[in-house]
Amino acid sequence: MNIDSIKNGIVIDHITAGRGMELYSLLKLDTLDCSVVIGKNVGSEKMGKKDIIKIDADIELDTTILGYIDPEVTINIIKNGKIVDKKGVTLPERLVNVISCKNPRCITSCEQELDQVFTLTDKENRVYRCLYCETKAK
Amino acid sequence: MRSLIDIKELSLEELDSLIDTALDIIANPLKYSEKCRGKKLATLFFEPSTRTRLSFEAAMYELGGNVLGFSEASSSSSAKGESVADTAKMISCYADIIAMRHPKEGAPLVASMNASIPVVNAGDGGHNHPTQTLADLLTIKRKKGRFNNLTVGLCGDLKFGRTVHSLISALSRYEGIKFVLISPVELRIPDYVKTETLNKKGIEYVETTDLVGAMPELDILYMTRVQKERFFNEEDYLRLKDSYILDLAKLENAKRDLCIMHPLPRVNEISVKVDNDPRACYFEQALNGKYMRMALILMLLGID
Repeated sequence: MNIDSIKNGIVIDHITAGRGMELYSLLKLDTLDCSVVIGKNVGSEKMGKKDIIKIDADIELDTTILGYIDPEVTINIIKNGKIVDKKGVTLPERLVNVISCKNPRCITSCEQELDQVFTLTDKENRVYRCLYCETKAK
Repeated sequence: MRSLIDIKELSLEELDSLIDTALDIIANPLKYSEKCRGKKLATLFFEPSTRTRLSFEAAMYELGGNVLGFSEASSSSSAKGESVADTAKMISCYADIIAMRHPKEGAPLVASMNASIPVVNAGDGGHNHPTQTLADLLTIKRKKGRFNNLTVGLCGDLKFGRTVHSLISALSRYEGIKFVLISPVELRIPDYVKTETLNKKGIEYVETTDLVGAMPELDILYMTRVQKERFFNEEDYLRLKDSYILDLAKLENAKRDLCIMHPLPRVNEISVKVDNDPRACYFEQALNGKYMRMALILMLLGID
């Protein structure tokens, strides 16, 4: 699959095979008006097979969540048909409304309008804890 | 505007300063008797806690301030479905500082994020109870004169005991601390306390089920109650509630200057016969809680 088929846009590459749709939903790509292509099980020298998402528009996209969901992902920024920026993703310091606290004693269990906020407390072991009750994310 | 939700929010310098203020209050109570004249403390207790609430109220009265609030959720608007955030915003209109106890973990944090006045966490479920830790620290300071080079035995419910977790967190910042963690296997300290506090900071600790065997090396013995309200299953509670009962016989091989602490209320985990032993410090610990809450109220209200 060639990424230069986009003139101006974003290619989210090296997505773990099978997770493309999950990332599509988390990034709320369904709300975009432009063309968005999801490639599933695309052949990859590095990964064997991978998923890939191409967004055919020059937009700002908050991709911080990807570091939590799929740390192998790379983001390619395409301008005039060329890759002008290629970057990996890092673990976000904070996750808002991505995962939910499972602790029945947590305030979020009874006040459901509260944002579900998790913070990175141990980068080495990728540990996130609920902001409110400090329960470890599963 | 500053709140206190977790003991870790206080730097060692701030802890020292609070202890210095508390010691000065003990030495010169009259100097502080009008410091909070015209100020109001709101005690929002969504779950019953006679001692902590009365301690906060006594603290504010002794500073010359006033108190308003409620002592159970059924007499508050939460019974009508009001959120913690709304309660905090509303109380901010009436009071100068909030002390909140809530059965749900994180509720005081939510209050602090929405209030325009300082919020003190007076206990949130099995999570944090920073002012109890302040009471514990003042007791250790007054009894031992130091926070370093101490062997601290923690006994009872180490799994759900929030006072234990907070005390470990606070004492782990000092040099030469060793913890002896004494509990039934089912109520051992949670793994995250070990991995994220004890191991991370290289603190020496041992886990044991043997209270008598651990006794001779202890400088401090911190007893806790197996709390019925932390169990979902009454059978488990009944099976474990009498696991460790401290009596005079178990103290036979203890150090002469051992400091026996307990956050209270006691059920039967310390025999009343121990109360007259000079090593029993738990009632003094409750008194120290009032002094530290006075010092904290002054700090959070920015009153010298």
